[in-house]
Amino acid sequence: MFLAPLALASFALLTLFALLTLFAPLTLFAPLAFAPLAFALLALLALRCAYGIGGRAMIVNLDRFIEAERPKWERFDAMLNRLATDPWRRLPLDEARELEHLYQRASADLARLATFSAEPEMRAYLENLVARGYAEIHGGRGQTGARWRPGEWFLRTLPRTFRKRVRAFWLALALVLTGAVFGGFALALDPEAKAVILPFSHLQGDPAERVAREESGGGSDRLDGERSTFAGSLMTHNIRVTLLAMALGMTWGAGTLVLMFYNGVILGAVAVDYMLAGQTAFLFGWLLPHGVVEIPAMLVGGQAGFVLAGALVGRGRGPGLAARLRAVAPDVVTLCAGAALLLMWAGVVESFISQYHAPVLPYWIKITFGAIEGAALLWFLGRCGRGKKEEGGKS
Amino acid sequence: MSGVDMNGVDTGGRQRTIRVRTPEGAVFSHRLASPVLRMIALLADWMIVTAGWGIVSGALGMLAIVNADVARAVMIIGYFVASQGYGIYFEYRWRGHTIGKRMLRLRVIDERGLRLTLSQVVLRNLLRAIDSLPFGYVVGGVAALLNRRGQRLGDLAAGTLVIWEAPEPAPNPGLLQGGKYNTLRAHAPVVARLRQAVSPAEARVAWQALARRDRLDDAARVELFARLAAHFKSLTPIPESVTDGVADEQFIRNVVDVLFVERRVGEGRAPPPG
Repeated sequence: MFLAPLALASFALLTLFALLTLFAPLTLFAPLAFAPLAFALLALLALRCAYGIGGRAMIVNLDRFIEAERPKWERFDAMLNRLATDPWRRLPLDEARELEHLYQRASADLARLATFSAEPEMRAYLENLVARGYAEIHGGRGQTGARWRPGEWFLRTLPRTFRKRVRAFWLALALVLTGAVFGGFALALDPEAKAVILPFSHLQGDPAERVAREESGGGSDRLDGERSTFAGSLMTHNIRVTLLAMALGMTWGAGTLVLMFYNGVILGAVAVDYMLAGQTAFLFGWLLPHGVVEIPAMLVGGQAGFVLAGALVGRGRGPGLAARLRAVAPDVVTLCAGAALLLMWAGVVESFISQYHAPVLPYWIKITFGAIEGAALLWFLGRCGRGKKEEGGKS
Repeated sequence: MSGVDMNGVDTGGRQRTIRVRTPEGAVFSHRLASPVLRMIALLADWMIVTAGWGIVSGALGMLAIVNADVARAVMIIGYFVASQGYGIYFEYRWRGHTIGKRMLRLRVIDERGLRLTLSQVVLRNLLRAIDSLPFGYVVGGVAALLNRRGQRLGDLAAGTLVIWEAPEPAPNPGLLQGGKYNTLRAHAPVVARLRQAVSPAEARVAWQALARRDRLDDAARVELFARLAAHFKSLTPIPESVTDGVADEQFIRNVVDVLFVERRVGEGRAPPPG
């Protein structure tokens, strides 16, 4: 009970000494030079005992704090929930300003709580709010803020991304061609190796026998009533393999490299096998309609894998690993989606066109169809979406 | 300057939380999900996709009446799209949740605490192609166990983390039951001494005991508040008039009230009649 008056008395004496040292000769009070300090310490001690001031930190007025701030937190929470329901929602200016204001307020409340011994659940609640607000306000809304438009993506983003990352495509192509040369030579030099190089039952037989069977109508019959199923199986299988080629980029590109080379070996071996058997026209008629799309699609999958690998191995070539991966992620996704689309088309063509042979469908028609597809694809990837705004260099 | 720093590293060198400092100076943290929880969520999602597809394919089977070939093709493509697209769709639309993750309170977030982009979501899901090799997510599981932040390869490439979100109810100021008379309020010196003697950690324990009292069974609740009351009474001499007829739990509520709440003169509560 007596501590509060003691504190007041101490402060009064402290003030008196301050005035005396200002207006009187210093030497007169020299022996008492330390008295103000002693009185200050006494005053603080008394206050601490009386009211806990200067003691351990403790938040006060917690319920008032919560009651005052809670409506703002709830409003902030509701706005964040509305944003969460639509990933592409764009706020009007006044709402955006309010959101930022509420975020700043919640951040300040959280910082204020951090200086006190606050109730942990309330702190966690506020942390959650601030974290969500931070993601909305500082996070890239699809980087551009624009709603995703399929037409724009297909006609501009996809071909531009392909061209931007074309070096990785050339690498994939070089690997496939190297594999094809290897596979072709291996089969030409050692026909016995066919069983090892081409471990697929439908490719094991004599090409001439197969061509005779197909041209007599015996081949296409086996798909009667199964063509759609066959197309579906081709699409899903090829897309899976292409996605695997991309994903293997995470092995610093080694897995993608092996997959590209292996596919080249098979391709080269099949081509040489049919050419040596004198079935070149059949080969082109069979492979070109779907192959001119399917093979580039597979190469685009490999391209995506090498882009990923390039970001992984690019030490000392720019920002950190996480930043490099973040930079290539949109391009990798775009290339994968493009490859998947191409493979869907290739699946339909392979099932409904490639499996028909002369005399039902003359080879020159199939080869012409394949050449037109190839030219269209070449134009699409090489020229489509060109404009002044085409970004960045090739990598 | 905003940034993410490491915090809560356990003895095995694994990080348990990430802490983000915003440009505004606020700091928040996320608790990283354990690989076991993630595996359970994955299994739950797999079961949901399988069961959901079972129902859808049953309906699609009707298509076979018209054309069996087309029906089979739709089934093959449909299952592929459903199995690949499930994670992408839900994680993007639900801000990092799938149904399985939501059940286990897991969420995918950007590793910088920013909003997930579509390309991040797609990439982390497409890379399941390698994480699931050679079977049962062995590659992804080993990568997550070796990575300090529990990232599988898909997470590493996409710059994402999977966190565990504790339920965060809005703070409840009614916890102290502010309408009741607090016998401690009549003894200012006792209040002052309590504020001086009680550490923040002790105050937090008392608050938490009140916040969680309904989750305790009766015997544990009585014992807990008896021990807490004995502890707080031992910190400073308390007149008998303050504690007479006051249950231990009410005494703790009174202590928390005077520790956390400062009331203006005349604001409070009239003593109970009689």
